[in-house]
Amino acid sequence: MIGSAHIKNNFTVPQSVECQWCPGCGNFPILQTIKNVLQEKNLAPQDVTFVSGVGQAAKLPQYINCNYFNGLHGRALPVATGVKIANPTQTVIVTSGDGDVYGEGGNHLIHAIRRNPDITVIVHNNMIYGLTKGQASPTTEEGTVTPTQPYGVIDMPINPIALAISLDAPFVARASVGDPQKMQAIIAQAIDHKGFSLVDLFQPCVVFNKINTYQWFKEHTYYMEDDRDVTDRVDAFRRATETDRLPLGVFYAHAKRKTFEERVDFYKKDQRPMYLRGSNCVLRSALVASQK
Amino acid sequence: MAHHITDDLSIVIAGQAGQGIQSVAHLLTHILKLQGFHVFATAEYMSRVRGGINSTTIRISSEKRDAFRSTIDLFVSLDPRSFSFYKHRFNDKTMFLGFRDAEFCQDCVMEVNFISIAQSIGGTLYANTVAAGAILGLIGADEKHAREYLRNFFVKKGKDIITKNQEALSRGFKMGAHFAFSHDVHVAMKTKEAVKDDLFMSGIDAVGFGALAAGVDFCVAYPMSPSTGLLTFLAQNSKECGAVVEQATDEIEAVNMALGASYAGARSIVTTSGGGFDLMCEAVSLAGMIETPITFHIGQRPGPATGLPTHTGQEDLNLVLHAGHGEFMRAIFAPGTPMQAYAVTAHALDIADKYQIPTFVLTDQYFVDALYKVEKNDFVEQNNVKHIIETTRDYKRYALTENGVSERGVPGFGDGLVCVDGDEHDETGRITEDTRGIHMHMAEKRLFKRRALLEEVMLLPEVITQKTTTGRSKKSGKKLIVCWGSTRNTVVEAVSEAGNQDMTVVHFVQLFPLDKKKIKKIFAKAEKVIVVENNATGQFAHLLTQECDIAIDKTILKWNGEPFNVEELVEQIKKM
Ligand SMILES: Cc1ncc(C[n+]2csc(CCOP(=O)(O)OP(=O)(O)O)c2C)c(N)n1
Ligand code: SF4
Repeated sequence: MIGSAHIKNNFTVPQSVECQWCPGCGNFPILQTIKNVLQEKNLAPQDVTFVSGVGQAAKLPQYINCNYFNGLHGRALPVATGVKIANPTQTVIVTSGDGDVYGEGGNHLIHAIRRNPDITVIVHNNMIYGLTKGQASPTTEEGTVTPTQPYGVIDMPINPIALAISLDAPFVARASVGDPQKMQAIIAQAIDHKGFSLVDLFQPCVVFNKINTYQWFKEHTYYMEDDRDVTDRVDAFRRATETDRLPLGVFYAHAKRKTFEERVDFYKKDQRPMYLRGSNCVLRSALVASQK
Repeated sequence: MAHHITDDLSIVIAGQAGQGIQSVAHLLTHILKLQGFHVFATAEYMSRVRGGINSTTIRISSEKRDAFRSTIDLFVSLDPRSFSFYKHRFNDKTMFLGFRDAEFCQDCVMEVNFISIAQSIGGTLYANTVAAGAILGLIGADEKHAREYLRNFFVKKGKDIITKNQEALSRGFKMGAHFAFSHDVHVAMKTKEAVKDDLFMSGIDAVGFGALAAGVDFCVAYPMSPSTGLLTFLAQNSKECGAVVEQATDEIEAVNMALGASYAGARSIVTTSGGGFDLMCEAVSLAGMIETPITFHIGQRPGPATGLPTHTGQEDLNLVLHAGHGEFMRAIFAPGTPMQAYAVTAHALDIADKYQIPTFVLTDQYFVDALYKVEKNDFVEQNNVKHIIETTRDYKRYALTENGVSERGVPGFGDGLVCVDGDEHDETGRITEDTRGIHMHMAEKRLFKRRALLEEVMLLPEVITQKTTTGRSKKSGKKLIVCWGSTRNTVVEAVSEAGNQDMTVVHFVQLFPLDKKKIKKIFAKAEKVIVVENNATGQFAHLLTQECDIAIDKTILKWNGEPFNVEELVEQIKKM
């Protein structure tokens, strides 16, 4: 059950909701951390919209007291972009799994970065498909044995951090569920950052991923120095390609590009969201007449 | 052979893609309309940017006639290779102007090398204008007025361009007039003063105006012929009309983005063609589940797969009807005239919002590319209601209501939270696996209740009876000829020309849902029901039988990628 049992804050669902996560799952600390961040930022639940796809991670919005759009497998990013363009005053957060965002929705990741809406994308990267019971995801290590890869995964995992940096994403970071405090600071920074922010979160799936456990993440990660120049893209990329141990922290952050919402003409003079605008074709009659 | 034309003249201008066929067509249609002629034009082209043969058919008539005729009265060639493409549309009386082809009668051909004349004026660029001039000269149009039109048209391009175009026009005009004299051609068509104030627009422009009239906020699409025109139209007018128009990376992104925007309060439309819509189907299902409005414009072209990209057909009704898995309600419309396209697109956007369902506007290549003359006054303002409420703290997105529609809140407007879920959900939008209780209510709401609501606002088919000589319409005939979407005008004209007094046209602009009771009434006295469709299987005929229990006696089907023409329909109708 999720609800009353958790530390009370504005983002705790008032009624109790049946939770579908396994005990010990890394999704729990993520949920609590996100609630803490929102509370700390003094945001009203009405002003925050969560968007997710399909998977265990994608159920997170069900357990939070906010607006949400829980759509189709892989399609969270276009939906989030749509929400933001219709109402830039909303804080829009995508929270979904590695299969969802990097696999089924891989193409959307590339193009959402190009478009650069001011959204925060939090990927619960458990390196496995949880909901469908333990098949390989795009981040599963080569050689991992699963029910559908009985002789071990033969494909190379993707490196989402390097991919995002190569696309010049405005904010790219990685955190680990094993360290909630650091995770909280990084998620807070990502939400504050204007433009597309990607946070790759190492999240142990205690049921289906017996390799990448809490312990494993502890042993195979380290924090990058605090005084690194986060605007140095080449250095960020170099860091992103390190394999063991894996760096945690903010790899890359810049404000070089205006967001999608800032670039469209629609909001240049009038910042009101679409639902507040009246019938909007002032010049429609003139336009019709110009068809002579 | 003498040619005395008093009623109807069909001109085809053909040449290579890139030779400016469209410019000739543009000049001609506009100049002729301003001189009081009724004008209608259709384009035919190949899926290439350069090379290949393209054409425009321009129909000039004394009465308003917006239908495609196959017969060519005047064939104007900017490229000699064009003949073989249009051979089947020539007859004994066809006149030829332009390049010569040895195969065709010498006598009726006025050989003009538009290109070399243009070169002598200052460049091949002017070949279009020479051709336009020749056609105007042959028709006996007002040359002074045409020169005036060119001046205004090219005013931004400077004096030199104006003068050269005017010279090109006059050179052509002289030759055309000479041809008319030497071949005994007289075009003496009634012109009407009032026509001058009419507007020109393509089918797709009409869809676009409809979307604007409905206050569309967001259009997102991935280009695909012949649907791209809507994306272009709205993009061109987005600034003035206050809309965001975005080219997506693919159809999946487009439709999901549109749904996200709708959820947050936008009025959203996507435009695509059959192949692109294939990719959108999962989101149609999502729209049904989350009860979030969205309107699809689908410009049909023949398939399957990439099919015949630049040709026409009505093959995607079944796709649209069945798109998405699971059971939920939708509404499908198909306009047959620009005014219908305007009104029905606005209606589709409004119905989508009001009933929180996906709606569809089906057009096709023939319709979107055709250029129609329409009356300005027909563009009535639409009454735009947003169908959005300010939420209260206890707001439930899927509250169970009497009529099945829960009030639509949007994030940030009011004290409530707006939660939508593609999984089965309870009234608050939270996921549920309850098969005994809430799922049944939600399923009922999405399907049966919506259907009842949609039937209340059903656009009934238009019943078009034949006019008597006094102009009054006669009683309905006993044979009903059924059509839908873009075939309307061609069927109407063919029925009138075939002279079957006992035949009545029934044109459907709303294809789904169909109100069985009301529709049965229309068909009650029919002795014979004939359905005309631009596809091979009679998709709508099946739907009519399935939904309304109407027996179809005959179908007239065409599926070669071309639109119906009046002549072939006349022939078929006469046999009925
Ligand atoms: C179109 C589609 N294909 C497949 C599925 C089945 N499916 C559900 S979740 C999932 C994978 C989820 O993996 P991930 O995003 O890593 O989430 P996790 O469950 O591990 O949190 C799949 C394949 C689906 N729901 N929809
Ligand atoms: S299957 Fe794995 S990821 Fe899913 S809830 Fe259980 S532990 Fe968490």
